[in-house]
Amino acid sequence: MGKLSSGRLLICEYCDTVYRRRTLTRGEVARCACCQAVLERHHALSVNALLALVITAMVVFVQANMWPIVTLGLNGQHSSATLWGTIIQMWQQQAQVVSVLAAATLFFFPLVKMLSLGWLLWFARQGRRAPGFVPVMVTLHYVGPWTMSEVFVLGALVAIVKARLYFDVVTDPGIYAYAALTVLITIFASVDLRQLWDVTPETTI
Amino acid sequence: MSALPRAAELGLISCHVCGLVCREATHDAAGNDIVACPRCGCALHRRKPSSYTRTWALLIAAFLMYIPANLLPIMRTASLNDVDDNTILSGIVELWVKGSPDLAVIVFTASIVVPMMKFLVMVLLLVSSRRGSHWAQPQRAKLFRLVELIGYWSMLDVFVVALLTALVRFNLLSLVEPLPGVIFFGLTVVLTMLASMSFDPRLIWDGRDTND
Repeated sequence: MGKLSSGRLLICEYCDTVYRRRTLTRGEVARCACCQAVLERHHALSVNALLALVITAMVVFVQANMWPIVTLGLNGQHSSATLWGTIIQMWQQQAQVVSVLAAATLFFFPLVKMLSLGWLLWFARQGRRAPGFVPVMVTLHYVGPWTMSEVFVLGALVAIVKARLYFDVVTDPGIYAYAALTVLITIFASVDLRQLWDVTPETTI
Repeated sequence: MSALPRAAELGLISCHVCGLVCREATHDAAGNDIVACPRCGCALHRRKPSSYTRTWALLIAAFLMYIPANLLPIMRTASLNDVDDNTILSGIVELWVKGSPDLAVIVFTASIVVPMMKFLVMVLLLVSSRRGSHWAQPQRAKLFRLVELIGYWSMLDVFVVALLTALVRFNLLSLVEPLPGVIFFGLTVVLTMLASMSFDPRLIWDGRDTND
């Protein structure tokens, strides 16, 4: 069993059809002729641009976690919530499963994703593979589908509308940080991280 | 369609994790020889291992969780003079009647339509692929990708309950508490996500003769 000269062939991961790879120009998307799945996109963002976006996302993520998201008022009393306040509250209210789910999908997995991406890209811009490149890439592959910050933003909107029936609602900076984070996540959604395997040479490990 | 070469016929495998194209090892009698990908070190499989069994098991588990998730209340609103327990459906109705119907539609889609669609689509894919059916293959492939894309949005209601619990803390005046339904619902979403991940979409295109 051997590795084929890397990058010449491409296999659709949805239907197993084999293609010969060709260079894509700006804005081009290669689709599978058999099942219409996206095979490959042109990499519009350079490694530097990706790194800048990851760092931006980290800054926004810190703000989204530190600042309260919403404040409710009732007869002069006020109550506000941060993400961690929410997670702790669910734990204390006998919903530990939900608490763990929220902590994982809204805090730990996004954090792992950003830190490991930042780590890989930092070295990639010097044309090198980061120490631990292979395990980090495998971790990224498995963590990928389990980050849910954008769902949380929509959840916050629904919660605000529900709360408005009974309370005075004041939105706090946290919700804007989350909105910005959602935009960044959407940009990242179209980036195929597998390109990092090709961008950096293998010999330097 | 048959003009397009398929990796399994050419003796090629693409790594499930890093996408590297590898040549298949010398055939074992069992056909399930596990060799590591030379690039990322993960095990190479022609198809995801025991895809049908795993997907069915996770899907059935998810469906069992989905029943209490809908029947049990997910949230309790307690104020000075009354206690109100809400299920997923009654929460949506309340949103429709008192708040904003447009958001009610979004929550209805995320909490009811998406999970139900996932169950139906996954059963359809499992049954039709197992029978080696050639019916509507491109459409079935598209359905699978749709399910994969929207599945995790069902978590919406879980986050709404969590946020309201953290926010509405006015001791005697008004309190919101999570109830067991929300736990079952969270588990449903996780299990359906695991189910669609363990299904191998390549099986849609495999003929009757291929074994998993």
